[in-house]
Amino acid sequence: MIKVDNLHRSFGDVRAVRGVSFAAPDGKITGLLGPNGAGKSTTLRILYTVLKPDEGHASIDGHDVVEASLAARRVTGALPHGAGLYPHLTARENIAYYATLCGIPRKDVADKVDSIIELLEIDEFAHRRTKGFSQGQRTKVALARALVHDPQNVILDEPSNGLDVMATRSLRRLILKLKESGRCVLFSSHVMQEVAALCDDIVIIANGQVAIDDSADGIRRKTGCDDLEDAFVEAIKTTEPD
Amino acid sequence: MRTAFTVFRKEVLDNFRDRRTLVSALLMGPLFGPLLFAFVINLSVDRTLSDEEQTLSVPVLGAEHAPNLVRYLASKNIDVADAPGSRADALEAVKLGTHDVVIVIAATFGEQLDSGMPAKIEVISDQANTTADREARRVLSALQSYNQELASIRLLARGVSPYVLQPLNVDDVDVSTPSGRSGLLLGMISYFFLFALLMGGMYLAIDATAGERERGSLEPLLALPVTRDQLILGKIAATCVFMALSLILSLASFFVAIKFMPLEKLGLTPNFGPDVLVKAFWLLTPFILIGASVMTLVASFTKSYKEAQTWLSVVLVLPTLPILIVSLLTLRPRFEFMFIPSLSQHLLLIDMIKNEPLDMTYVTTSVSSSLVIGVLLTWLCAKLYRREGLLG
Repeated sequence: MIKVDNLHRSFGDVRAVRGVSFAAPDGKITGLLGPNGAGKSTTLRILYTVLKPDEGHASIDGHDVVEASLAARRVTGALPHGAGLYPHLTARENIAYYATLCGIPRKDVADKVDSIIELLEIDEFAHRRTKGFSQGQRTKVALARALVHDPQNVILDEPSNGLDVMATRSLRRLILKLKESGRCVLFSSHVMQEVAALCDDIVIIANGQVAIDDSADGIRRKTGCDDLEDAFVEAIKTTEPD
Repeated sequence: MRTAFTVFRKEVLDNFRDRRTLVSALLMGPLFGPLLFAFVINLSVDRTLSDEEQTLSVPVLGAEHAPNLVRYLASKNIDVADAPGSRADALEAVKLGTHDVVIVIAATFGEQLDSGMPAKIEVISDQANTTADREARRVLSALQSYNQELASIRLLARGVSPYVLQPLNVDDVDVSTPSGRSGLLLGMISYFFLFALLMGGMYLAIDATAGERERGSLEPLLALPVTRDQLILGKIAATCVFMALSLILSLASFFVAIKFMPLEKLGLTPNFGPDVLVKAFWLLTPFILIGASVMTLVASFTKSYKEAQTWLSVVLVLPTLPILIVSLLTLRPRFEFMFIPSLSQHLLLIDMIKNEPLDMTYVTTSVSSSLVIGVLLTWLCAKLYRREGLLG
């Protein structure tokens, strides 16, 4: 369960996030949708605790991301945008490194890594060094790495960026699997169709503000647009530029 | 501590698979010193040996005015060469470096000599040029002995003992041991070790900070349920291991290489046995923590791998500064110097190579002050690593 309450964050003169609030419940997929530079990444980075908000609060399973950042990280698996792997380590070693860092007992690491490799269907290249991996392979390994400690909350920043159709489909299957197991999934995207196909809740962000927060049908109703893309454009108009 | 150990293990494994890190840590650092040293030694052997034996050819302007002097110079292995046309030309030629030394004998030379007046003779040289300086001194000492010989002959002709002009019998007794003399030349050894040590950890320090950020693997790492202190400690520890490895290899390669250097021809017998090797390692070890934390500190300030490389090459020469200043001022080891990292290691190492007894207070001061500075720098590193700006 992720709760975001009135977050603000500026970088110099740029006010990237201006009062964002929403909640992402367990067992649901919440999509953060918005054009480039809307403040999606900044919001997510505050949630996985590498940035601190200037104002406002956010908590994960009740752990404040500033006051109890370590506890918040413990229940979260994060896939930052463009996450990199260690090219000299194999995919398996990359995952095992994170498993050990997350505090999984050393004797259980191998089993844990095996099961996540199976879940993400990356057995084929798990023993290879990650140097020269395709974007799809890299994303899957980075995702496996983020999920290896069984986090209740999963934060994915533009996970489908640069993936082909097949890879996008298997990513979608995985996100649905996570939802079925009762997890809270929060992911960002700028692709309307992707969000519409997956999400139970859609939070549209523009200019650092929440334009609309509802289900796909709710958004259609509120904006009066049948086409989601039109609805998206319509919703963005309701926010004011900085 | 488990987290730090996990990071440490991963960094060591990762960098053992990285060819660039391996080459710089295990090959370049350890080999650079012995190779450069062998080159310098051979060069100075060539120069020292050639000096007295080789015939020196010096242009003499007005040689025809002093045939006896010319013969005398020839007996001292100094040959007369063609000189520039005039004194002004000679000055110009020396200034330009066409000639190192030119002797100018005035036309009045024979006349003055006959009448018992001091006969004028000039030696023109550029003493800022070391080769010229050495040649000029050879010429001057030859002229000096000719001067003395003439004086003795004149006194004898007047029935006076030449000893009248020699009230003192000065003998120059040099008590410096061969090992002591080697200290001057071997002074550069300590820097080679410091250089190899820093070189060994340089790429790991970059990879663990700027490299990790550039690769995009820093952000997911920081999103893990671990403290940043543990991460940076593991990284610094891994850098230390590579530095120690590089130091051991460079000590060993020096130990082997020194056997093949013609040091005895220069009258040098450096004390560099296996026991010195081990002591040198322990003496230099405290510097490892300083090197690792400084490199990590500097690299984590930079924006990219390239920028980190640029800045760290500056760090590579940093330890020479105190060594250079003290060498230029020819200062003797002092207690205060033991608080300065790199300088204290240098001075103690030189004493050891010169086979002089080590003052234990000096050793403990050097070791403990370097360790304290290293710990402080590591703490500073950890503090900076907690910054948000780390992600760039």
